[in-house]
Amino acid sequence: MGELLVMAAIATCVKILLLPSYHSTDFEVHRNWLAITHSLPVDRWYVDETSEWTLDYPPFFAWFERLLSAFAAVWDPRIVDLSAGKNYASASCLLFQRGSVMVADSVLYLGLWSYCKGMAPDKRKLVYAVVVFSPGLLIVDHIHFQYNGFLLGILLLSLAALKQGKDLLGGVIFAALVCFKHLFALAISVLGVVVLAFGPFAYYGQIQQVLRRLFPFGRGLCHAYWAPNIWAMYNTADKALSILFKAAGFKVNSTTAAYTGGLVGEFSSYAVLPSITPLITFAMVLSSLVPWLYKIWRNPQPSRVVYYITYAYMCGFMFGWHVHEKASLHFVVPFSLIAVESMDNANDYLFLSTVCYYSLFPLLYEAPEYPIKVLVLLLYSTLLWDCFSNYFSVKVDGKGEDKSKASRHSRTALGRLKSSYLAGMILIEIYGQFGHRFLFPQRLEFLPLMLVSAYCSIGVFYIWVQWFRSGFSIHDWSTLPPPSK
Amino acid sequence: MRDAPSFRASAIFIAAVAVLIRLLTGLHSYSGAGNPPKYGDYEAQRHWMELTINLPVSDWYRNTTDNDLGYWGLDYPPLTAYQSYIHGVFMRKFDEQSVALHSSRGYESLHSKVLMRWTVVLSDLAIFFPAAIAFVAAYYRQRSHEERVWVLALILLQPALILIDHGHFQYNCLSLGLAIGAAAAVISRWEIVACVLFSLSLNHKQMSMYYAPAFFSHLLGISLRKKYPVLNVLKLGAAVLSTFALCWWPFLHSREAVLQVLSRLVPIHRGLFEDYVSNFWCVSNLLIKWKQLLPDRVLVQLAFVATLACILPSMLQQILRPSRRGFLLAMFNCSFAFYFFSYQVHEKSILLPVIPGTLLALDEPLVWRWLIPGALMSMFPLLVRDGLLLPYFALLLLFFLGFVPLRSFNPVAASSLLGGFVLHLAYLLLDPPARYPYLFEAFIATYTFAYFAAIFLYTNYRQWSRSRVLSSTQKRKKKV
Repeated sequence: MGELLVMAAIATCVKILLLPSYHSTDFEVHRNWLAITHSLPVDRWYVDETSEWTLDYPPFFAWFERLLSAFAAVWDPRIVDLSAGKNYASASCLLFQRGSVMVADSVLYLGLWSYCKGMAPDKRKLVYAVVVFSPGLLIVDHIHFQYNGFLLGILLLSLAALKQGKDLLGGVIFAALVCFKHLFALAISVLGVVVLAFGPFAYYGQIQQVLRRLFPFGRGLCHAYWAPNIWAMYNTADKALSILFKAAGFKVNSTTAAYTGGLVGEFSSYAVLPSITPLITFAMVLSSLVPWLYKIWRNPQPSRVVYYITYAYMCGFMFGWHVHEKASLHFVVPFSLIAVESMDNANDYLFLSTVCYYSLFPLLYEAPEYPIKVLVLLLYSTLLWDCFSNYFSVKVDGKGEDKSKASRHSRTALGRLKSSYLAGMILIEIYGQFGHRFLFPQRLEFLPLMLVSAYCSIGVFYIWVQWFRSGFSIHDWSTLPPPSK
Repeated sequence: MRDAPSFRASAIFIAAVAVLIRLLTGLHSYSGAGNPPKYGDYEAQRHWMELTINLPVSDWYRNTTDNDLGYWGLDYPPLTAYQSYIHGVFMRKFDEQSVALHSSRGYESLHSKVLMRWTVVLSDLAIFFPAAIAFVAAYYRQRSHEERVWVLALILLQPALILIDHGHFQYNCLSLGLAIGAAAAVISRWEIVACVLFSLSLNHKQMSMYYAPAFFSHLLGISLRKKYPVLNVLKLGAAVLSTFALCWWPFLHSREAVLQVLSRLVPIHRGLFEDYVSNFWCVSNLLIKWKQLLPDRVLVQLAFVATLACILPSMLQQILRPSRRGFLLAMFNCSFAFYFFSYQVHEKSILLPVIPGTLLALDEPLVWRWLIPGALMSMFPLLVRDGLLLPYFALLLLFFLGFVPLRSFNPVAASSLLGGFVLHLAYLLLDPPARYPYLFEAFIATYTFAYFAAIFLYTNYRQWSRSRVLSSTQKRKKKV
């Protein structure tokens, strides 16, 4: 507990220092939600269109904003003013909103603490560090501005309950989470809590309105900046093929406009490859889950629940409709809980977190934050690499194996393939920052971002394939060594 | 078993953390941000870049139609001017308007702020970081890997310097880095290198003079023990003089030019002390109104005599028994003596004692752990004026979390810390009575002065007591 508090306090200091950094429009979005929930009656929350940033998170999150707005009204009434507060970003507003994210992160720490209860001290310390100093949370929550730490904290609480065999409690917490942010709704939700949450809105006959806000099928398959998933590869392949076909003299419908990474560029029409519909993405997510679901059905193991959740979110991320790059947090953070269960996990985690967090870089495009995001990621990956190899070499030593062999193994654990892939990432970044300007001045502005998406998607795909295959492996989980305490 | 950890890898990691903290601090406000007509130190530094890249060297320190000395006239020695020139060229390359003659006065933009912040970070990386690493490698050679990494982290992450250089906006990392480099050279017994580096430090900021007695007395003491003492002193003197000549070269063509520069460096007209600094004059001024009692000229003489009296014991000790550790303590004691008693001391001058205090952190952990919070607190009103309240508390908290766990304080020490904390809160939250608008500033100055005075007495005692212990063991060795 004490260690966690110290780490959390250190992280909070960094967050305080980040206070004046760039924040995205999500800052104004959340401010507007404070104003909506504070100024309007419940039946107007999902209808109001005073600002373009309408409420599109599920009801519990709206209630969370309602709670925050009570404090905001005391702190600075202009924050919760529906019209006068528009685009209000004074020092006091900044302090309040940034501060609310930091305070809400205490749920993350609570979830972490409750999940790690009963672990061996050195292992627990490592898991704490892996989660608390996550650059992804810093980038998305404390620079870009969102409340993922809070939401993931609820997920961790639910995982902790499930791990301890408290199925009902875990399910209820999870359902509540879905009512905070529906993107978590990949697993089964408990109907009772959903009814509870949506009840008032059903009463006002607005369920349709709420659902329409929540599920933006009107939007395209990919977000403006492509998340590093299968569709980023698909888009890139289409682009490459269309160039090839053009060169070969075929006529292809030109869709360059769709690629140019505008603000909310919607990508809908392909030049060569067949179009993708929401149904296809849904079917792919489901079918990628099947082998695991079957296995879980045969032999459910509460101690492995984190594996299930991580894999489920990974599938959703890989194949889902209109996935944001930020959604990678949903599986990287649960994954970090099991990162030190085995050396393989540690390697996979080190690799995957570096790739996913690197794919968040384009979120922050202004000059002051550039060196900060680079340093934060480099330091995090180096620290993890050092801690992991330390932890596992000590562990292996303890079992009395040949020491020199163990050391060599842990040091080179990442392997040549993954190491050179990570090195390639540096080249991609250098190209995007410097090389592109010289090669194609004022042209092909989409190319650097496309490269980042496509390149990162290969890394994520690689890890996903391994997890997918383990769903077919002849070993049942019961024969695997149980996760060590 | 893991490979033996290498100092270089750890040093790079710590340096990266240190750069990150500097960049994070740099996101915040700076001295005089958006505060016309005079702005603050940020504008002063920018203005010097503007002057040096647009005017001939001969006009840098002279009042001309293009150079209004009344508006942030250059008042540091030539090395600062050259540094401004180099940074000015850098700024011109990326943002021409930010250093255009005349039209750039008060120029502030997000882009130019980032560039200006980078000039400080790069200066830090070029001078301060290598100097710190060299010092740790030289002075703590015998210590364990962990201890050396630890002390390097203390030096590179020392919050007071970060807040002033990367928050408030100055280039102390250059003069202090050069002084640390000189100290590392003294410890490695590279005396000529030490003289050159220290002369450069003096030529960047005249405040490095606070260390001069320590360097002088230690090197004199060493020379006296050599075979040809006079020759050695002459050799070192030649190194100093030639470095000075090189720095002052553009101004050496006439006596007048030299005097013109010199007149800019001596701030007699600026009074005994500025604002609320935790030194003897300012604190005793609450009872004795020095400025009304005596004319400036007499005050200068008084300050000189008092400073001299305070540095003499340290100097004497180093001349009689020069030692590496004693030298660092002398650096600490002499700079504190200057801070307490010399003329025209600024709050930021506390950085000068803080540096040797940090260098000695492993030898004198008690001094260090009280010095850093005290130094931060003494600059608190200044930093609040600069809009650096948040980074102040963040770095202070990081100091206690990372380096000195609060749990390690005994009840008496803890209550003293609590008193300091209450003063912070009072300064922020309470309105001072109309008759004494600077009541809380005075409280803070007095409170930290008490800390500093206690530390000063203790370290003077340590300098003498420790050397006696050492010399007795040396005698024992000789007998064996």
